[in-house]
Amino acid sequence: MAAGPMRIRAKIDGETVNVRALMSHPMETGLRKDSSGNTIPAHYITEVTASVNGKTVLTAEWSGAISTNPYFEFDVKAKAGDKITLKWVDNKGESKEETIEVK
Amino acid sequence: MQRREVLKAGVGLGVFGTLIASGLVQPRLAHAARQMENAFQAKSLEEALKAVGASGAAASNDIVLTAPDIAENGAVVPIELESKLPNTEMIALFVEKNPNALSAVFHFTPEALPRVKTRVKMGQSSDVVAVVKAGGKYYMTKKEVKVTLGGCGG
Amino acid sequence: MFKKQVLAVSLIAAVWNITSFGAFAANDEDARLKAIEAYRKQIADGNPSDLLAMEGEELWRTPYGPKNQSLERCDLGLGPGVVKGAAAKLPRYFPDTGKVEDLESRLMTCMEQLQGVERQKVIDSPWRKGEKLRMDKIVAYIVTESNGEKIEVDMSHPKMKEMYELGKRMFFYRTGPFDFSCATCHGKDGQRIRLQELPNITKQEGAAAGWGSWPAYRVSNSQFWTMQMRLNDCFRQQRTAEPIYGSDATIALSVYMAANGNGGVMLTPGIKR
Repeated sequence: MAAGPMRIRAKIDGETVNVRALMSHPMETGLRKDSSGNTIPAHYITEVTASVNGKTVLTAEWSGAISTNPYFEFDVKAKAGDKITLKWVDNKGESKEETIEVK
Repeated sequence: MQRREVLKAGVGLGVFGTLIASGLVQPRLAHAARQMENAFQAKSLEEALKAVGASGAAASNDIVLTAPDIAENGAVVPIELESKLPNTEMIALFVEKNPNALSAVFHFTPEALPRVKTRVKMGQSSDVVAVVKAGGKYYMTKKEVKVTLGGCGG
Repeated sequence: MFKKQVLAVSLIAAVWNITSFGAFAANDEDARLKAIEAYRKQIADGNPSDLLAMEGEELWRTPYGPKNQSLERCDLGLGPGVVKGAAAKLPRYFPDTGKVEDLESRLMTCMEQLQGVERQKVIDSPWRKGEKLRMDKIVAYIVTESNGEKIEVDMSHPKMKEMYELGKRMFFYRTGPFDFSCATCHGKDGQRIRLQELPNITKQEGAAAGWGSWPAYRVSNSQFWTMQMRLNDCFRQQRTAEPIYGSDATIALSVYMAANGNGGVMLTPGIKR
């Protein structure tokens, strides 16, 4: 399974914005074996960065214990028109970035 | 190329970097520079808490750890973490009986509320532990989650 | 081979034990089921099917195939291009083909007519790869657009009644080395395999619960399953011949389930353990 798209939804809730994200990623721990008994190499997101208008507001460090196709929800101080960016980097150095405008 | 990256990563990694450079730790274990790398490599909860700097964290009722009593499938265990402690800088999530206890660390600036929701894998029934760093001090809470089907076998 | 047999035997044992789960007192059992229900609610938010649906919407709109056309003029029964609510009214009789079609078979018709993609190419594709992966994504998009809609299958056309009767016969038809039918597991109330309660598809409530929660994302293998895939796996578990993708046999079974579930609510895509 290859890493794929990311889907972000943002909802204004008073002074803050609730952000929910789904990331397409296998999140392989490196501890599983395939049907022939070979270890499936580790492949997981190690870091997620959330920023508002380019300024980092929240970072997450993950292990392979985060579930496949990760779900991540958080709240940031933002308002309509602000741009929220989410970026992940995985242990193979792949990365994905997605930006949405708060409406 | 890979070796180069490892060495480069090692520079910023303090003790862990030195371990890689000295060959005590397999280079394949090295990842992009996570701030908490050595804590992620720790096996037991005790070691991981120590590596995070949270040994002896005080039990606190101001941490809300929401997790199911029973998870039908350990591959997806929904977790919500919220700190009501002022000046929360960090929340870390541990699953005691997973092969590596530390699952995730969240670092907050004042521009983000100290609340996150995500999902973790659990190999078996276990305590889930949340550690909060607030005002430079560590606090913790825990909850038992029973798993009817382990989440590490695929 | 041996492993398969062991699995089959344990499956039979599990079904046998369905009613004699007895190790727990009724109260404990209730508490356990309530806790599992709570767990299911917690994971329903943030269904990874959304990722496929997002790609599916893109595929729906993007020109493809020998004719380099999009699917935007595809008629799923509510008029060309109408997606909202369409899946809740499928399967249905389509006058243009003179056939009863379910979602996947109707999409194959559209792909063939609009895009020039041969039906057989989709049928021959391995699961979750190539044309079937495209299909999975488009299905995810379309069923997401029916989430919360009422299951409303129009049974007025004689061909629908014919398919219903065929589907019913298939549902009760015992076959395979263990003499299983669909009804063995899904024909009575209160049946269970381990902790999974099995809907009684012969009744409205059970049929609505079953039909209305597929297609679904399965957390155990991180896969999205369309109804065609779900049905195929039922036959595999029966240890009998697996039906051809989009064949009348699969459509008939879908008509039987959907019609029995009429009046229920589509909670699609579902999320399953």
